Amino acid sequence: MTLAIEQILNGVQFGVMLFLLAAGLTLVFGIMRIINLAHGSFYMIGAYGAAFAAQQTGSLVLAVLAGLAAAAAAGAVIEYVVIRRLYSRDYVQQVLATFGLILFINEGATMLFGREPLYVPMPAALSGVVQIIPGILYPAYRLVIIATGLLVAVALSLFVNKTRMGMLVRAGSTHREMVRALGVNVRLLYTFVFGLGALLAGLGGVLAGPVLAVQVGMGEQILILTFVVVVIGGVGSIRGAFAGAMIVGITDTLLRVLLPVVLRSVMTVSQADALGAGLSSMGIYLVMAAVLLIRPQGLVRVQS
Amino acid sequence: MGIRAGLSGVAIAVLAATSAYAQTPVKIGLITTLSGPGGYLGADIRDGFMLAVEMGGGKLGGIPVEVAIEDDGFKPGNGKQIANKFLQNDKIKLFTGIVFSNIANATVPDIVDAGAVYVSPNAAPSNFSGKDCNKNYFVVSWQNDALHEAGGQDATNLGYKKAFLLALNYQAGKDALTGFKRYFKGEIIGEVYTRLDQTDFATEMAQIRAANPDVVYQFHPGGLGITFARQYQQAGLLGTIPMVVAEPSMDSTIVKAVGDAAVGVNVSAHWNTDFDNDANKAFMTAWRQKYGADRVPTFYASQGYDTALAMGAGLKGVNGNLDDIDAFDAAMRKADFHSVRGAFKFGNNQHPIQDWYALRVEKGADGKPFLKTLGKIMSDHGDAYAKDCKL
Repeated sequence: MTLAIEQILNGVQFGVMLFLLAAGLTLVFGIMRIINLAHGSFYMIGAYGAAFAAQQTGSLVLAVLAGLAAAAAAGAVIEYVVIRRLYSRDYVQQVLATFGLILFINEGATMLFGREPLYVPMPAALSGVVQIIPGILYPAYRLVIIATGLLVAVALSLFVNKTRMGMLVRAGSTHREMVRALGVNVRLLYTFVFGLGALLAGLGGVLAGPVLAVQVGMGEQILILTFVVVVIGGVGSIRGAFAGAMIVGITDTLLRVLLPVVLRSVMTVSQADALGAGLSSMGIYLVMAAVLLIRPQGLVRVQS
Repeated sequence: MGIRAGLSGVAIAVLAATSAYAQTPVKIGLITTLSGPGGYLGADIRDGFMLAVEMGGGKLGGIPVEVAIEDDGFKPGNGKQIANKFLQNDKIKLFTGIVFSNIANATVPDIVDAGAVYVSPNAAPSNFSGKDCNKNYFVVSWQNDALHEAGGQDATNLGYKKAFLLALNYQAGKDALTGFKRYFKGEIIGEVYTRLDQTDFATEMAQIRAANPDVVYQFHPGGLGITFARQYQQAGLLGTIPMVVAEPSMDSTIVKAVGDAAVGVNVSAHWNTDFDNDANKAFMTAWRQKYGADRVPTFYASQGYDTALAMGAGLKGVNGNLDDIDAFDAAMRKADFHSVRGAFKFGNNQHPIQDWYALRVEKGADGKPFLKTLGKIMSDHGDAYAKDCKL
């Protein structure tokens, strides 16, 4: 029982991390109609920024701020230099351009930080376990990740529903031409949305740093699942991104844990683990296919 | 004809004479992993190897050598490509360097089938140790299983009864747990293989906690060892469930990166910086002089160094002439060099027969954790596959 609860918490934590990335991606995709393959690079830039600042200053606050600032700055620069030229282009050209961005940013990171991973020291206060319910221990830092992600979800929801800027974001997602016709500076809106997406991805990277290793290419690993989350949740919807992220996170974790156990009864442990890992990655795509068959627009419909 | 032919004849004779005095260097191909979480392993092997070349004044066994170094990037396909390039374009006959067993499995057959010699400084998968052994294939490090047989014996000696096992899901990981189980006398209550690209072990930590073993034995070399140890501590398991590992999961770079969380971990090893023999003292002095006291060599560096010395002994035996590869193989087999580990000889399958030691991570006088040698686990230990090899 305790094992099941701990694994579900692991799934929630993974889901929260996916949400941070998917929220930005779904807004960019939904509002700006841009497929940005380099979204994972903001995750990596946030992680590297925080790791670098932590190594230089040893201060937790400075590290977090540095990571967020690096990601937001990168987002602004990339929007201005590259993305602006892609608004009127078709999807293939966007994919090519942003894929080139991935290669460029990865090489740049290699030149700056080398090929070996960076290890970010965990803030001492968070490095232990917490007893959430008597009998269930869970790493404190991962609870912080879950809490941060949930806070961001609530804040984003309030922002999108209760503020004027948020209203423009929602309107830009469903009625783009009308927004432009009403005289709103759509260019500025786009830059803001892109920067927000980059910032959220950077936050994900900052949070992931102390747990995983910060290395070149870390963004690509999580980017594919992020796209799956966006497709399942519905493009342009933050609620959809949250629902999709939770589904993908928990399903992936539980499959990874349960499938090998089931398979071990019919094959050797090493084969069962390998096949289980493969099947569980497949499982997520099967879920995506099922969702697309039943509700092609994703779980939360945004387009009118 | 006449003068021109005569002059060119003289020129050729002169060239031939001078080339007899200036020996063309023997080319050695060093294919290793220099990028990613496993990058420092290849870097240490390379640096250990090149230190020996430098100490020989550009020579190994008195024979001048020229080492071509390339990065396989942890991709078996790359290793194969580089090996074929070296074989066909550069006509290299002597190879070394591979860190990981999956890359070795893809690359070594191409090398030995082409009539070249491969001397392994690290990877030694079980499938090449027994009936698929080859006269052109030597291993200086260990046989994959044997490394973990020592670990199993260490865990038994320490009195543990219930073990939970984890390893990376590739050839060396499977060899690891096979070897451990051969010598561990207690009960295995859990066995998990993790993916090669997996960086988050949260689900595995939960499984360990639920199984509640006496001891955890894990095989995650390189950067993954650092990540595993850190997450082990973050999951609160470090203080409650002791870890016994073999050297690759707790080398000196991992100890440094993990810090105090590593103190108390038991490590089975065939080499440590504090070994007292003359060869090791010379190696450590030269290393410290070149790289400073801050960069502690891992055992990968000692293996690179020993491989260079082993190749030097082979080259000396044939006076640098690789035209007769069988003669070179015979010279290699004598293992006529002083290993930094102390006692060393090749078994009939051309894998090492050596001693294994118990180490532990302890806190030094300067407050920093380091690996301390406690005692011997096994003497003159070969491996379980030698009897299947027809050499």
